[in-house]
Amino acid sequence: MSPSRTWAIARKEFIHIYRDPRSLGLVILMPALLMLLFGYAVTLDVKKVKMAVLNHDGTQESLSFVHRFSGSPYFDLCRFVQDEKEMRRLIDKGTVKIGLVLPRDFSRTVKAGKKASVQVVLDGSDSNTANIILSYVQAIVREYTQEKTFLKIERMGRKKPAPPLEGRTRIWFNEELESKNYFIPGLVAIIISIIGVLLTGQVLVREWEKGTMELLISTPVRKAELIIGKLFPYFFLGLLDLWLAVLMGRLVFQVPLRGSALLLLVLSCIYLVVALAMGLTISAVAGTQLLANQMAMIIGFLPTFLLSGFTFVISNMPSWLQIITYGIAPRYYVTIVKEIFLKGSDFSFLWRETLVLVGMGLLGLLVAIRSFKKELR
Amino acid sequence: MFKRVRFLFVKELIQVLRDKRLRITLIFPPIFQLIVFGYAANLDVKNITTAIRDMDQSLDSRDLTARFRSSKYFKIVSHPQTPKEIEALIKKGEITISLEIPSGFSKKLKKGDTAALQIIVDGTESNTAMIALGYVSRILSEYSTEMIVKRLNREGMKDFEEAGVELEHRVWFNPNLESRYFYVPGVIATIAFLLPMILTAQAIVREREMGTLEQIMVTPIRSWELVLGKTLPFALIGFIDVVMIALIGVFWFEVPLRGNPLVLLLGSLLFLMSSLGIGLFISTISSTQQQAQISTFFFMNPAFILSGFAFPLENMPQWLQYLTYVNPLRYFLVIIRGTFLKGVGLDILWPEMLALSVLGGLMITLSSMRFRKRLK
Repeated sequence: MSPSRTWAIARKEFIHIYRDPRSLGLVILMPALLMLLFGYAVTLDVKKVKMAVLNHDGTQESLSFVHRFSGSPYFDLCRFVQDEKEMRRLIDKGTVKIGLVLPRDFSRTVKAGKKASVQVVLDGSDSNTANIILSYVQAIVREYTQEKTFLKIERMGRKKPAPPLEGRTRIWFNEELESKNYFIPGLVAIIISIIGVLLTGQVLVREWEKGTMELLISTPVRKAELIIGKLFPYFFLGLLDLWLAVLMGRLVFQVPLRGSALLLLVLSCIYLVVALAMGLTISAVAGTQLLANQMAMIIGFLPTFLLSGFTFVISNMPSWLQIITYGIAPRYYVTIVKEIFLKGSDFSFLWRETLVLVGMGLLGLLVAIRSFKKELR
Repeated sequence: MFKRVRFLFVKELIQVLRDKRLRITLIFPPIFQLIVFGYAANLDVKNITTAIRDMDQSLDSRDLTARFRSSKYFKIVSHPQTPKEIEALIKKGEITISLEIPSGFSKKLKKGDTAALQIIVDGTESNTAMIALGYVSRILSEYSTEMIVKRLNREGMKDFEEAGVELEHRVWFNPNLESRYFYVPGVIATIAFLLPMILTAQAIVREREMGTLEQIMVTPIRSWELVLGKTLPFALIGFIDVVMIALIGVFWFEVPLRGNPLVLLLGSLLFLMSSLGIGLFISTISSTQQQAQISTFFFMNPAFILSGFAFPLENMPQWLQYLTYVNPLRYFLVIIRGTFLKGVGLDILWPEMLALSVLGGLMITLSSMRFRKRLK
C-alpha cells in the first residue's frame, strides 16, 4: 500500500467536502441541532397531567381529596365536569388525559372509617405516560389512605402508630434523574453514525453515478488505498463532530463527564472506524445514491437509534430482539459512552465492549475492501 | 394536457420500480420500522434487575423479599453480602436497584418502631429509575399498612380495616397499556411523511444532477404539469406503503382500527400534500443528491422529535410547543391515533384536518412556485 496514493485520494475527497460548504455546514450544525432537540425537547418526565374531575359528592372532604391531586406538581386540574358524557368527550378530544370520579357517598364512607371507591379513567393511548400517571395516582391514594387509617386509629383512643417501613433512597450517577443526562451521551453515538454511515455511504456510489469512477479505476490506485483514502476525511469530520457534541454536552447541558476524556476519544476512534467501514460497504454495493441513502437509513441509522439502548432499554425487549442487538456495533458504543460520562468507568469495566468493537472494525474494513469491485461494469 | 402528466407519471414509476434493489427498499424499510417499533419500542418497565442484601434473615425480612420476588416488576438476581459488592454490581450494570434490610428489622417491626431500608438506584436510565422507585415505594407502603392492620388485629381489634380510598381504574383505548398501540400508528405516520418526501426530492435532484431536467424543459411540458408528474407517482407509492403498513399493523400486531377508515384516508391525503411539498422544497434548495440527503435529514429530525411521535409534547418547554404547531406531522399523528385507538371521527378531528389542509396547501403552493422559478 502506497501512502502517497492513499493521501492523494484523501486529498481529493477533502476538496470535495470543502467545495460544498453547505453540506459541510450542515454536517457541523447537525450535532448542535440534535443536541438542542434532545436536550430541550425530549423528556420522558411526566408533569402537569391535565385532569378532569367528576365530583358527585361536593363536600369539603371530597374537595380536600381532589386538592391532593391539583396541589401536586404532577396534575393540572383543568375543570370539574357535570356528567360522564362530558368527561368522555374531553378524553376523546385529548383535552384531558385522566378523569377522576368521586362517588356520592365519598365523605360519608371515609368519615365512617371505611374505604370509598374512587374511579379513575385514563387515556391509555400513550402507554408509557399512562403507566407513569397511574403510579402517581396510586401513590396519592396510598398516602391518603394511610393518613385516614392513622386518624381512625387515633380516634379509637390509641396512640398514632409509627410507619413500620421507611425507604431511604440514594440515586447514583444521575442524582436528579434528568432525561438529558440519559440522552445526551447516547447522542454522541447517533452523531457518529450519521457521519459514518449516512455521509460515507455516498462516497463511492457518487463516483459510479457520475462516471468518475472509471477514471479512478484507470489509475494505478489499489482497492485498499482507495478505501482507506476515502475514509480519511470522514474520519476527521467524525472527530470534529464528536468534539463538538462532547463540548456542547458539557457546557450547554452540563452533563457530567466523570470518566477519562482520553479513553472516550480512543474508544470513539475505534467506533468511528466501524461506522465508516459500514458506510463504505454500503457505498460499494449500492448502485445508486438513492439506494445507498435508503440502505444507510435502514442498516445504519435506525438500528443505532432504536436497538442500541439509546432510547429504548434493551432489557425490556423480547429476547429474540435482544439477541439481535448483540450483533450491532452501536450497542457496545452507547454502553461505553454512557458509562464513561455518567459512571466514570475506566477501561477495566469496558474492555469487553472495546474488544468487540475492534473485531467489528477489522471485519468491517475487510468486507468494505472485498465488496468493492474495481472493474468496469 | 393530462396526457403529458400521465407520461411523466409512468416514466417516474418505471424509473423507481425498475431497480430491483430499490423496489425492495420501498417495501422492506417500512416493515422493518414497524417490526422494531412494534417489538422494541417498549418503555414499560418490567424485570428490573434487583439485589437484596438481607442482614436480618428473619421471617419478616424474607416475607418482604418475597413480595419483591413475586412482583413482575422486579427480578432478584443477587444477594450480596457487603456494601462493596453492591457498589460493584451497580457499576458493572448488573443491577439497577438494590435494597438493604438492616439487622434488627424484625425486632423493630414487632416493637412498632420504624425500620429504615437503604435503597440505591442506578439513575443512568432516568425513566426506568423513576418508575422503579415508584414500584418500590408502592410495595413498601402496602407492606407498612398491612403490618399495622395485622398488629391491631392481634391486639384485640378483630375487624379493623383501613379507611380512605379504594382505587378502581379503567384505562380507555388501550386497556393493557401496550406500547405497540402507541407506536404502530405512529410508524404509519412517519412512513407517510418520509417516503414521498425523500423520493420526490431525490428524483428531481437526480435529474438536475444528470442534466436530464433540461431535456424535459425543452419539451412542451408546462411547469405545473412537471410538478404534478414529479409528485403524484411518489404520493401513490407512499400511499400504497401506508395501506400495507396499516394492514400489517391491524392483522399482525393486532392494533385495533376502531374508527372509520375513510377518515384515515382523508387525513392521509391531506397529509401527503405536506410531505410532497417539503420534498419539492428540498429539491429546490439542493443541487446534488448529497445536499438533498443532508437537507432531508435536517428537516426530518426536528419534525420527528417535535411531533409527539415518541416524546410527549406536553412536557416540552412552552416556546418549543409553539414551534410544534407548524409541524404537519403533529396533526396527522393526532388523526391517526384518534381513528385507530379512540375511534373518533370528523366531529372531533376537524381542527386537525383543517390545520393539515392549510399547512399542506401552503407548503405545496409555495414549493411549486419556488420550483417554477428555479426552472427558469
